Amino acid sequence: MTVTELTPSTAPPRPPVAARRRARGPASRRQLTAWLFLAPALIVLVAFTLYPMAQAVYLSLTNYNLIAAAEWIGLDNYAELVSDPAFWNAFWNTVLYAVVVTPVTVVLALAFAVMLNQAFFGRTFVRTAIFLPFIVSLGIIAIAWSFLLDPNIGLLSYWLGQIGIVTEQGWLSDPRFAMPAVMMVGVWKFVGFYMVIYLAGLQSIPSELYEAAKIDGTTPWQRFRHVTLPLLSNQTLLVSVLALIATLQAFDQIYVMTRGGPYFKTETLVMLIYREGFQELRFGYASAISFVLLIFVFALSMIQYGWLRRRAVTY
Amino acid sequence: MSTTLERPRLGELTNHDRRRLTLYRASKWALAVIAILIALLMLLPIIWLTFTAFKPESDIVTYPPTLWPREFTLDHFVDVWDRIPFARLYVNTIIFAGGVTVISLLLDSMAAYALARIPFRGRGAVMVLILILLMLPFQVTLIPLYDMLNGLGLTNTLPGMIVPRMTNAFGIFFLTQFFLSLPRDLEEAARVDGASEWRIYRQVVMPLAKPALLTLGLFHFQYNWNDLLWPLVMSSSLESSTLPAGLALFMGQHVVEYGLLMAGSLLALLPVVVFFLLIQRSFVAGIATTGLK
Repeated sequence: MTVTELTPSTAPPRPPVAARRRARGPASRRQLTAWLFLAPALIVLVAFTLYPMAQAVYLSLTNYNLIAAAEWIGLDNYAELVSDPAFWNAFWNTVLYAVVVTPVTVVLALAFAVMLNQAFFGRTFVRTAIFLPFIVSLGIIAIAWSFLLDPNIGLLSYWLGQIGIVTEQGWLSDPRFAMPAVMMVGVWKFVGFYMVIYLAGLQSIPSELYEAAKIDGTTPWQRFRHVTLPLLSNQTLLVSVLALIATLQAFDQIYVMTRGGPYFKTETLVMLIYREGFQELRFGYASAISFVLLIFVFALSMIQYGWLRRRAVTY
Repeated sequence: MSTTLERPRLGELTNHDRRRLTLYRASKWALAVIAILIALLMLLPIIWLTFTAFKPESDIVTYPPTLWPREFTLDHFVDVWDRIPFARLYVNTIIFAGGVTVISLLLDSMAAYALARIPFRGRGAVMVLILILLMLPFQVTLIPLYDMLNGLGLTNTLPGMIVPRMTNAFGIFFLTQFFLSLPRDLEEAARVDGASEWRIYRQVVMPLAKPALLTLGLFHFQYNWNDLLWPLVMSSSLESSTLPAGLALFMGQHVVEYGLLMAGSLLALLPVVVFFLLIQRSFVAGIATTGLK
């Protein structure tokens, strides 16, 4: 450690003992004050987040099921996981959900932001309407969505039927359409949130850049492609990672609209954790599944954090 | 420069200019029409929910479905209180979301004050801990937390639901960033006058942090009011549940009575929507900036 090697030569001469004591009083009292301010929050975080995290590691190595005492089984849960078709089904459903919903949400959010960045009649109303889904409970509004998609009395399935899009068993019980339906609700819920982040980005682009580009005789598409898009790359990265993290945790609308069905076609990882953990009471196995989720989310968050520390594009 | 800013009088416009102006105006109106259509489409579930809540059950099951009620009734808004223990769910949700919000704002802001304003040994380590906690999905703690609270006899109780959420890494992080951006002059003056850190926190910093506290407050409130998974796991009966979990349970248990469910849903969504519309501007500004700080 170079720091410790350097200390003797660079450290200022030590003050006399009496002065040091006088200086130490208030300083150590400030230390104590700081920890007192932190104590309530730290205790809660350690007891109800950090400790359960460690407990989850332990549980994933046992066959705990809430009724009988936990028994150490080593990596058996993880071995079972690798050969469990239900796990792989949930895994690939989650991946499918994430790789469809993320780009669709991000592109729509950008399109809405570009649209709302111009002045027109009713702009405030439109912005509020697009953002509102983010604020309402997904679990509750999913009831209205199920109803909209009801094959007999749902308005949306009636409208879609009028333009020729018909399902045989209804959207949510048709294995081909259930996943697109819950994906649509996922996009609907989050698009306004990412739009707001994009709007802030758009408003921070200096207008001189567009004026200069206009003088050069560029088309609106060229200006979007070569001025707007590169200058929004910060927002695009942030929004994409946030969207990916959120899609990996999809649960609410799926629970309400399909309960993971039909035929487990919409069972995602969090749905599977819920089913194995709280319906089958296989706490050990469900904990092992939750670590797969943790690894993905943590890796994506690290990318986001690493990027936030060095902002890529400046102007 | 000032001449270019002056509006040209109409008489001076050439035909070409006038055509371009018409075209420009037409494109603005087209944009407005498209945007408003998109907005209505986004609002469709909320509009559908609202109108259906006022439809009698006979209208609801009539084919073809209509958006606008053929007949209006307030029956569902009366029935919902008896058919579902709706008042109970409502009170539970207010205590849960309100309790978490108030306690969390206090604990978050105290921790953030220490991190932003009091130099102490170990600050770096605490910041790293908070950043790491920020990156972990809460679903991982779900099973051990349930097990722990079950052992303490706290499942199916409101304290059991509230206690683990009394603070969170996001709130601490958010407020630390905000406190760091506040000017220090006022508190330095208070410090010179011999005010204690507690007094500076309470009487100087907290009043200055009002906009941030409101934004974070709405974040906490809507997150917990809307949350489904946590109350679903923690409560095994309707009586100890919150609105989203209770309505989902009710939907699963009965032959679906959409009129009743929609009336209940509308009442359940209302507080968060009203809260949001009241502080919309600072809330949206808060999202736009914190995401990128």
